[in-house]
Amino acid sequence: MTATAGGRTAPAALAPPAPARATLPRTFAAMMAREARVMRKNFVSTFVRVLVQPVMFVFVFAYVLPKLGGGAMAVPGGPTFSTILLPGLVGSSIIMQAMMAVIFPLMMELNWQKSITDRALAPVPIPLLAVQKIIAAAVQGLIGGLLVFPAVLFIHAEGEAPSVHVADWPVLILVMVAGSLMSAAGGLLLGTLLNPQKVQVLFGMVLLPMTMLGCVYYPWSALDGIRWLQVASLFNPLVYVSEGLRSALTPDVPHMPAWAFLLAIVGGTVLLTWAATRTFTKRVLT
Amino acid sequence: MTGPSEAAVRTAGLEKTYPPSGPRPAVPAVRGIDLDGPRGEFFGLLGPNGAGKSTTIGMLTTLVVPTGGSARVCGLDVVRDAVEIKRRIGVVSQSNTLDSDLTVAENLEFRGRYFGLTAREARARAAELLELFGLTEQRGGNPFEISGGQAKRVMICRALMHGPEVLFLDEPTAGLDPQTRTNLWEVLRGLQAAGQTIVLTTHYMEEAEALCDRVAVVDHGEILASGTVDELKSGAGADTVITVSYDAPVPDTIKALADREGVGKVEINDGQVRVFAAEPEGLLGELVSIGADAGIGVTDASQLRPSLETVFLTLTGRDYRE
Repeated sequence: MTATAGGRTAPAALAPPAPARATLPRTFAAMMAREARVMRKNFVSTFVRVLVQPVMFVFVFAYVLPKLGGGAMAVPGGPTFSTILLPGLVGSSIIMQAMMAVIFPLMMELNWQKSITDRALAPVPIPLLAVQKIIAAAVQGLIGGLLVFPAVLFIHAEGEAPSVHVADWPVLILVMVAGSLMSAAGGLLLGTLLNPQKVQVLFGMVLLPMTMLGCVYYPWSALDGIRWLQVASLFNPLVYVSEGLRSALTPDVPHMPAWAFLLAIVGGTVLLTWAATRTFTKRVLT
Repeated sequence: MTGPSEAAVRTAGLEKTYPPSGPRPAVPAVRGIDLDGPRGEFFGLLGPNGAGKSTTIGMLTTLVVPTGGSARVCGLDVVRDAVEIKRRIGVVSQSNTLDSDLTVAENLEFRGRYFGLTAREARARAAELLELFGLTEQRGGNPFEISGGQAKRVMICRALMHGPEVLFLDEPTAGLDPQTRTNLWEVLRGLQAAGQTIVLTTHYMEEAEALCDRVAVVDHGEILASGTVDELKSGAGADTVITVSYDAPVPDTIKALADREGVGKVEINDGQVRVFAAEPEGLLGELVSIGADAGIGVTDASQLRPSLETVFLTLTGRDYRE
């Protein structure tokens, strides 16, 4: 061990630094800078994890199966299967990534060593710390969603290309941004309510069915024939993101009216952020 | 703003009761404590594990919400002015709460930036502090792959990044080997010499004696005594404690010792006798010979000079459980 601060004279480093200007926006920005640093370090491992599932999915369904002479996934004369998949896979990636980005670190921070105190002691009110976590995870969800675009656009057999054009930029941006925020807020809510053992269950028993039944692989209106499932699907937030993206990107495929998915996504974001902020504050302040 | 005369830490009737949870009833962790820690002093909360020290520190550092009484840090209310208090304090918690996604140096850098330093200022100050604390070699390491003593010093550096008015340390040397502990004491003495106000909790008597100007002895959520270490030692009945264990119940003649001048009290518990005395000369020998006269043997004997341990024994009549 080398020399320590045990000397009789006060070393310069022990004198306080220049008067700090710890305003709320500065502290908030510093916390976001921390997230950016961590994301940059883990970029490859984080986003490879997000990409594997959608890439494998389009590979099998838009490339392998059509090559094998399947192609039964799409109605003849109707949109290709990859046209239906694109909004769905982007939506499910946003939701999965935003939720994982908030839940996994939170499990460590709340339960192991309680390392959340590192940021809880930063000079911001605790609810603002919750909002910061939501925004940071939403950014990751958004990046995850954007990365899926090229994968679905370019991986397909001949004649199976998705037919995509942005019909409505404002709706596209709103659905992607608010969808990311809603997912991150939902993740924070679940992460503060559940203990680590139950989070395992959450991924197996909640997120997987949610993705499978989230109108990722078919448009919501196609469920007309299975009325009970169509109604039950309305409780799945992913449905609104998929349908919203469908409306903005593949308007030729039947989709929900804009008022319905916008109300659900924006309303869900507000509600979940409010609830998650409260549960988070309760977990951090004992 | 607050003047320098304002106490660093002041509480009045501070209480914390954790609500019931499942089968567990409500837990009164802190039951009405009054503290007064002046600026510039090294203030210690001493008590066994579970005495309520960490809960008290939690309330003073704004992360535990009091259920009664009041607490002020740097003259600010811990509930109403939590954000402003956080700007002025540094906290070293008991467990390793370093950010495992960042390196040692990044932990300090971002802590500085959370408190308003620019990235460049924060990096420069982090480098200075790491150098001063002998941690330069560890700067690029993961904070969970360094030794416990190093992690503790990194946490102290982190807490000092923004030049806090008051530095709180919760059981800083718990779980460290003796050598590392002594090293850390040197670090803390150095900080105090530099004018840093420090509030520390510990369950080690010798730590409180070695470091603190002023000590509050806490048990079961209440303050048993407080004052400077010397005041506590010379205060209410803090005597030399002589403990003798016999292999059979002791004769009543031993009780008579309590009437002697310079003897505070005599406690008899089956074969164990404990004598609290301001003038202990010759007592130990006498206790042994009383046993010999009655035909019973001595199995153990000890004499503790006035210390915080005897203060605790005197106040509670119980052995100090670490």
